[in-house]
Amino acid sequence: MAEREAVFRTQGLTKIYRVGEVAIHALRGVDVTFYSGEFVVLLGASGGGKSTLLNILGGLDTATDGRVFYGSQELTHASDAELTDYRRHFVGFVFQFYNLIPSLTARENVAIVTEIARDPMTPEEALRMVGLEHRMDHFPAQLSGGEQQRVAIARAIAKRPAVLLCDEPTGALDSKTGVVVLEALARVNEELGTTTVVITHNAAIAAMADRVIHLSDGQITGVETKPRRVPPSELSW
Amino acid sequence: MTPRALTRKLLRDLWRLRGQAMAIAMVIAGGVATWIIFHSTIDSLVITQSSFYRESRFAEVFATLKRAPKRLEERIAQLPGVAVVETRTVALANLEVEGFDDPIRGLMVSIPDEGESKLNRLFVRSGRLPEPRAPDEVVVSEPFAEAHGFRPGARLGAIINGRYRMLTIVGIGLSAEYVYQIGPGDLFPDYKRYAILWMREEPLSAAQGTQDAFNDVALTVEPGVQKEEVIVRLDDLLRPYGGTGAIGREDQTSHQYLDQEIQGLRSSAAVVPVIFLAVAAFLINVVIARTVDQQRDQVAVLKAFGYTNRAIGIHYAGLVLLIVAVGSVPGILAGAWAGSGLAELYRMFFRFPYLHYVLAPEVVLTAIGITAAAALAGALRAVAKASRLPPAEAMRPEPPMVYRASLVERAGLQRWLDQPTRMVVRHLERRPGKALLSVLGIAMAGAILMVGNFQEDAIDFMLDVQFGLAQRQDLTVTFVEPTAREAAFELASIPGVLRAEPFRSVPVELRAGHRTHRTAIQGFMNHGDLYRTLDLRLRPVEFPPEGILLTDYLGEQLGVGPGDWVTVAVQEGAQPVREVQVSGLVSEYIGLSAYMQIDALNRLMQEGPVISGAFLAVDPAQLGRIFEDLRERPRVIGTSRRDVAIKSLERTMSESVLVFAFVNTLLAGSIAFGVVYNAARITLSETSRELASLRVLGFTRGEVAYILIGELTVLTLAAIPVGFAIGYGFCALVAHAFASELFRIPLVVEASTYGFAALIVLAASLFSALLMARKLYHLDLVAVLKTRE
Repeated sequence: MAEREAVFRTQGLTKIYRVGEVAIHALRGVDVTFYSGEFVVLLGASGGGKSTLLNILGGLDTATDGRVFYGSQELTHASDAELTDYRRHFVGFVFQFYNLIPSLTARENVAIVTEIARDPMTPEEALRMVGLEHRMDHFPAQLSGGEQQRVAIARAIAKRPAVLLCDEPTGALDSKTGVVVLEALARVNEELGTTTVVITHNAAIAAMADRVIHLSDGQITGVETKPRRVPPSELSW
Repeated sequence: MTPRALTRKLLRDLWRLRGQAMAIAMVIAGGVATWIIFHSTIDSLVITQSSFYRESRFAEVFATLKRAPKRLEERIAQLPGVAVVETRTVALANLEVEGFDDPIRGLMVSIPDEGESKLNRLFVRSGRLPEPRAPDEVVVSEPFAEAHGFRPGARLGAIINGRYRMLTIVGIGLSAEYVYQIGPGDLFPDYKRYAILWMREEPLSAAQGTQDAFNDVALTVEPGVQKEEVIVRLDDLLRPYGGTGAIGREDQTSHQYLDQEIQGLRSSAAVVPVIFLAVAAFLINVVIARTVDQQRDQVAVLKAFGYTNRAIGIHYAGLVLLIVAVGSVPGILAGAWAGSGLAELYRMFFRFPYLHYVLAPEVVLTAIGITAAAALAGALRAVAKASRLPPAEAMRPEPPMVYRASLVERAGLQRWLDQPTRMVVRHLERRPGKALLSVLGIAMAGAILMVGNFQEDAIDFMLDVQFGLAQRQDLTVTFVEPTAREAAFELASIPGVLRAEPFRSVPVELRAGHRTHRTAIQGFMNHGDLYRTLDLRLRPVEFPPEGILLTDYLGEQLGVGPGDWVTVAVQEGAQPVREVQVSGLVSEYIGLSAYMQIDALNRLMQEGPVISGAFLAVDPAQLGRIFEDLRERPRVIGTSRRDVAIKSLERTMSESVLVFAFVNTLLAGSIAFGVVYNAARITLSETSRELASLRVLGFTRGEVAYILIGELTVLTLAAIPVGFAIGYGFCALVAHAFASELFRIPLVVEASTYGFAALIVLAASLFSALLMARKLYHLDLVAVLKTRE
């Protein structure tokens, strides 16, 4: 963390959305900065606004109020085309429910991203990084949950993104499988230096982060910097 | 750049959606086939017509006259604008064929004494032309030869100008002049009882007693010359010789029928295939939109990874175009097959020596283009809807719908509804737009099913009116020329004849303002029983002492109604021109006629009480003797039988319209099934999570099926009456489009047609329900619950 170059910066980020007839205040004025290469865990109960923050950072959603910057680029009022371009070149996503394309094999699910990226690794390399080189030609339905999530990670990192955004990547997995997935994330962070933001409501995972940001009821309630990152293999829950 | 992985997704998606895709493809095939059938048939008829006309040098102007010396031909040829002239002798004959008792009318047409005709050249199908000046050799028309099994070498008797001759058939031929071979006064061709015969000129005029003279002229005009100018000059020249007014090709009987049929086909092509294709396009649009709608999470994932809206749009466009391609191929094949079949059928009426079936690329491209555009619009609408949402939102399942107690429940009926039924009702009510589209789609399918059957209803009704209420005579006897009215009493005295009613028929041109129409005025007696003219409510009319009655459609064409005056230009005898008041309109589905009381018509003609022929009611057991008797009367030139007319009409109808209606019904059926199946299939995938949850909660398969099939049932039942209303509208459109001078289709839709449409829709629903039930049976509860929500 020598250089402390800011990757993301938000000012007074606010998001209100409606579900049916209910208005939900997902974010209430969030000010936060993420730095290059760090591994951050966003911790909080579900409904605390973590996913909303991550979605706005990733250009999947737009804020109701406040500002958000990626490096020097302001994303707040970016057009759909600008956000698409931003996602295509800089951001990798991992979702809680994998969101693989069911009709494509593991290799093809990765290829769908590498084919439109500027300087991607090959699908095979990406899958090797998550330890799935032997399952490349399987369809999602033929893979276990942990394997599907690792395909999703391979798909997210194959473009060598600047940031990797993971929304509850182990949420649907048991502890043992979850650890394998987290190891893959840690490895990508170390080997590629990708800024990684992981959302979880599982406090055990916080131990592997450089920094932990607590989010509750749409607001930041605390930030802690860890002196040492615990390897995922030592985690359990 | 199309990423390969995306292409693979496209192909696999297509495979996964194969059930739905096949159903959509069926709808496309139905629409495309109907379009191609109509348009390729029209193109084929037009091309065949023009190439046959060109090859046989079909004349452009025709004139008949009483008798003119042969040397007049020279003067006709010298008229300005005339290119080629041919003068001929045309005679009527009664023919006798061994073993066939019914009277046969023959039209004998001369060909030059040597070589071939300059115009209206014969197309000899077998045998040869008569030897130069050969006295008793003839070429006969092919359909007549076929009807009697004649080959070259066969013989038949002919009474020409009152004298019997034995003729030898040396050849069998076709002519552009008689592509449609219909006897005067007949409604439809009767090839057994009406023949065209070609004979060398010298022997024919000798038989007719008109040596070195002619009574018929055909000519072509020079390029760039107005036919009308030539007609005026020709009329001036022929008037002293009893010319009855030259006509252009457009008024020549055979050409007129052929042209009318092509026009009729054109105007129905502007309606029937348009309805089919529009319905198919609408359904495809709806179905595709819903199919793509179900992939909204995948759209979101692609967007999350940086795919542009355009790339995603292209992807789904590709999926849709593949489905269109899959549907178009059988559509084109079926259309070409049925189209060439229909064009062949037309050769039974229009005797071309050959048929060039053409399927123009632009016809195919238009059909596919319209279908593809509709499908693309549906797909892109859904993609646009999915990509308008920020990906984060699109990836979430759609927010729970705002459910509320349904209208039925608010109306206080809830205690009659169990929980599953409430689910059905609420599910339908929460998305009224979607339910409405489903209802509309199924209704459209039912509506086009009615179009095919309606034509059958209309024809039945037409026949009932024409032969049950209007034309009730057994025989119609025509005289060579107007004859004293007493002749009718003579006919009545033939043993076996029960009743005879005279009629007078006069060829005229009716004029009103700048509009003209050539037809015949029929003069009838009041209170006749054998041929009744019906008013617009189908009651027999009373003929006024003066004044003329017009067929309603003729009145429309001339722009006149009761009280207006029309000019009557008589086309025979002294050719008087008179003003006559229209005293009423009559209802007729076939032909365009004008009627007068027979005495009024005689007065208009400034003639005594003469008649053209008589309608007879006879004892069927004595028909043979009656024919024998009639044959011996030289003034009787033709006899036609009503039962034969009905039979030939029915055959005609069953051969063309009904075959066609059957094809329509088949295509409509496939569209109906495609729509219903898709509606059911989409409902299943939209609700499968919900249904699986219910199964987990302990609902039985039957109870869960009830919810799904209940919805389908409600939609189908709601759609049926809507379909009836739309279908009636379609039938009205078709009836309007089919209206021509030859016939009008009454807008009569029988209960059986409604029933049939409802039945097919219900059958399609039942079949779809069974397929859905099978899928429900195999519903993987765990897998469904494990997927994201």
